[in-house]
Amino acid sequence: MQTNQLLAMFSGVLLLLGLIAFFLGRAKAARVRASGTAMYAQPDQYAWFAVLATAGPAITVGAIGAFLMLLLGAEIPTLYLLAGSLVIAAIGLLVGVSQVKPDFHARQAIERGIRWVLVGAAMISIFTTFGILFSIIFEALRFFKMHSFWDFITGTVWNPGASFLAAAGRAEEGATGAQFGSVPLFAGTFMITAIAMLVAIPVGLLSAIYMAEFAPSRVRTLAKPTLEVLAGIPTVVYGFFAAITVAPLIVDLAGFLGIDAAYNNAVAPGVVMGIMIIPFISSLSDDVINSVPDSMRQGSLALGMTKGETIRDVVIPAALPGIISASLLAVSRALGETMIVVMAAGMRPNLTANPFEDMTTVTVRIVAALTGDLEFESAETLSAFALGLVLFAVTLSLNLVSVLMIRRFREKYRVNNL
Amino acid sequence: MNMQAAPRQTIGAAPEVGQPHTRNESACHDLSIRVRDLNLWYGESQALKGLNIDLFQKNVTALIGPSGCGKSTFLRCLNRMNDLIPSVRIEGLVEMDGRDVNQVKMDEVALRRRVGMVFQKPNPFPKSIYENIAYAPRMHDLVSRKPEQDELVEKALRDAGLWEEVKDKLHQPGTSLSGGQQQRLCIARAIAVQPDVILMDEPTSALDPISTATIEDLMDRLKEQFTIITVTHNMQQAARVADYTAFFHLGEIIEYNDTKTMFANPATKKAEDYITGRYG
Amino acid sequence: MSQTFDEISSQLRKRHRRSARLKWISMGALGLAGLFLLWFFSDMLGKGLPAFQQAQIQVEVDYNEDASRMGRAALDPDLSRLVSRTFERMIPVQIRENPELLGTSETRWVLANAQVDQYLKGHRHKLNEQQVVLVDELLAEGRVELKFNTNFFTTGDSKMAEASGILSAAVGTVMTMLVTLAIAFPIGVMTAVYLEEFAPDNRFTQLIEININNLAAIPSILFGLLGLAIFINFFGVPRSTPLVGGMTLALMTLPVIIIATRTALRSVPDSIRHAAFGVGCSRWQVVRDHVLPLAMPGIMTGSIIGLAQAMGETAPLIIVGMVAFIPDVGASFTEAATVLPAQIFTWAGEPEKAFVEKTAGGILVLLTILIFLNATAVILRKKFERRW
Repeated sequence: MQTNQLLAMFSGVLLLLGLIAFFLGRAKAARVRASGTAMYAQPDQYAWFAVLATAGPAITVGAIGAFLMLLLGAEIPTLYLLAGSLVIAAIGLLVGVSQVKPDFHARQAIERGIRWVLVGAAMISIFTTFGILFSIIFEALRFFKMHSFWDFITGTVWNPGASFLAAAGRAEEGATGAQFGSVPLFAGTFMITAIAMLVAIPVGLLSAIYMAEFAPSRVRTLAKPTLEVLAGIPTVVYGFFAAITVAPLIVDLAGFLGIDAAYNNAVAPGVVMGIMIIPFISSLSDDVINSVPDSMRQGSLALGMTKGETIRDVVIPAALPGIISASLLAVSRALGETMIVVMAAGMRPNLTANPFEDMTTVTVRIVAALTGDLEFESAETLSAFALGLVLFAVTLSLNLVSVLMIRRFREKYRVNNL
Repeated sequence: MNMQAAPRQTIGAAPEVGQPHTRNESACHDLSIRVRDLNLWYGESQALKGLNIDLFQKNVTALIGPSGCGKSTFLRCLNRMNDLIPSVRIEGLVEMDGRDVNQVKMDEVALRRRVGMVFQKPNPFPKSIYENIAYAPRMHDLVSRKPEQDELVEKALRDAGLWEEVKDKLHQPGTSLSGGQQQRLCIARAIAVQPDVILMDEPTSALDPISTATIEDLMDRLKEQFTIITVTHNMQQAARVADYTAFFHLGEIIEYNDTKTMFANPATKKAEDYITGRYG
Repeated sequence: MSQTFDEISSQLRKRHRRSARLKWISMGALGLAGLFLLWFFSDMLGKGLPAFQQAQIQVEVDYNEDASRMGRAALDPDLSRLVSRTFERMIPVQIRENPELLGTSETRWVLANAQVDQYLKGHRHKLNEQQVVLVDELLAEGRVELKFNTNFFTTGDSKMAEASGILSAAVGTVMTMLVTLAIAFPIGVMTAVYLEEFAPDNRFTQLIEININNLAAIPSILFGLLGLAIFINFFGVPRSTPLVGGMTLALMTLPVIIIATRTALRSVPDSIRHAAFGVGCSRWQVVRDHVLPLAMPGIMTGSIIGLAQAMGETAPLIIVGMVAFIPDVGASFTEAATVLPAQIFTWAGEPEKAFVEKTAGGILVLLTILIFLNATAVILRKKFERRW
């Protein structure tokens, strides 16, 4: 029999057992109650306890069995595993029903069960982080067995070339030429990120200043959600916009200034990424500026400062930790942004300081390495995980620093809504 | 005739508009700010009703009254801090140096340079102690060179009685000081721009008794140079520091009087009830 | 006596100007951001709206013997160069399925090819001069027309620009989102309930909290790497399917739902909990019967926003292989499928010019859905907003 059918049968039988447990448990509790004995819980609660006792252990055993098969490669025939689980379910049913006694705290038992389920759900997010970390580290280590870590970090030539031949057992035919120096990729990433920040930080911060300090409240309630629309547009759409509309415009503009620009130059994705990031900075900065206590502003105004001076010399310095935190988050976002650069930046690793040349980024190479028809074991495919590892480390540290800074701001002014 | 009953009989003989009921002969009586028929509304509700008062230079004038009586609102009219609240509407005359400060032509920034303010809660800027004081004079071009600036900072801190405590840590943040020190820093900051008038909005209400006493002494010394108008909840404080006291009730000035007379022998029943603690 | 008002005012003039300048500059920045938005939307509308119209051509279809082998034979040789090849290919199939058609003929409107379409829309085209003359003639006779492009909504991807549509991608999106919601919603709500209502404030809880905040800021492509390494390579979930795509996106959506749910739970005042405890409810009963129902609008709002975010996500789906060429609508969660953003990505990479408008058309559809979802969330929030 096929696994699918087996699973369907297993679920069916388990459901049936659960129903039996429910009705038996309730009937028994109702009987005890009818005989005039006071019970600790309602009949329904006893019934649910019986269901829990039936299904809980059975599903746990099934899941553990499945994990053993996957993790340790243990060969347990699916049929036996499921049959075993069902036997456990039957035992659970008997135990559950026999526990329907006046002095048994069924409700507390159920709530203990519920609590464990909730803890289990909360653990998923931890598992996700560790899942990302371990999967990346594990595959990255395999990559670093083939190519040295030092070359990866300091090399200036990224040329996966014919590395897939090595995986196919024909290393001598050309794999010797493969080089994995990630410096040009990171240079490209930082160049595009820098351009994005050059757009996003001034526009975002000044917009936040206008919204928080100058704008009438009507403008503010309208402007903030409008700006957030920019953050809600899918990145693939921005990528198309960058490649089809902005890039030719940049080439024309550069040509007008006498600069020779490539169509997949770094400026177009950088500018578009900057537009995307504006609301990240403006929104958080606006919140932060708003939570600078009004007494600061009044103190400055009462000294005969103009409004502009008050904002520049008192409000912004007070809000600075929050603004820096917003900018760090934005940088982290820009470093990891994928679609815009995949669609509008170049594929060629190019170590240059000229933003009008084509250059590639870490995320572009990750996508390129994983979408070809390459063997998973090849160095090029695995290089994606090495790049991912560095990306993970960098964004994680930026996020942590940002969280710490905003916490410091919050503690300083005792603001709770940030 | 009973001597003590005598002042009571002057109730009928009202003083001139805006003048204190009784004069304190030891005080200076040069006019600093003249207020006539001042009305103020927050949206629909009227917070100040036809105020008339003459405030004198180089005096401490205390504004007392139950909470919500408009004394802080009145104080904020004197340097137009109420401009920051959109729903406020003001009518009437607040005259300083021959100019109506509420006129559109009047530059409120210029006004605030001459009328400084110290707030209820100390609000030092997120800068060093030194910068807290040097910032405004530098912006106002009161000082140009560094040594001049150092001198000004030292003088302001000395005047505020803070110099000895902070002279070794001028470059630490202003927020690292204790509450009372912070408030004196704010006073130093206000006097560093050399205003004519300093408004104090319950400057000691957030402080401990020792810091309060320090600041009261300070007010006593500062009135040699500045006109000080202070709002206070604490009647003993008014009695201790003020030359003149105005009693506010429900947006009106009920009595404006020499402080000694006000506390010993108030001219109105309401002021007497308030001072003796029947309400408040 | 210090300076007079007039002296001070004259010193202040420059500083007032500088202050005003800050106001104008910052207003300009906001305006610039607004202009970006306007530019973007007008550009997309300009490029994408033509996709909702498609050139059709009226031809005589002659179902003869030759046509049952090669569809082109059914058409006038001149016209056949203007007709979409997908239509020609269907003729033999139609004859095989419907033998009585053989020997008959009919006049009908059929899809013109992309070049005619682009010519009619005034874009760059590859028609030669004779063809242009012919199309102009047909246009004058009313035998070529731009009609509403129903095809775009009723077919899947195609290598022929004129015949490609978004249906298979739309169905793929719906299936993927079902998987995402089915996983992320219960787990997200349960996590939030645990953290907000049950968890003691200890190291472990703080670890989970920091972890969730971080998860929300991890680049989406790394979730793709997780999906590839763990779901596909380790657990053997089939590649390119709504199942693996949905699972990957679920992990990304999880923090959004958790954070929104926690905010919603926190906004339920403690007085409600105390009242429920006061009448003898257990902690779980308090949460189930009193707190969760009150927090539900907030939870729904957050989930919709999370869903909208997941719906626009592309990078992790590329990594788990959901950019396949999918001409037909998928029927199960374990068949290869694609989603709208991935379809947009595929079309954007097509060299043919006619695909540009398809791409923009797909973008307009996607943006419409996202705007609709977000508007729903906003309305939901407004409607159930409650001040305690």
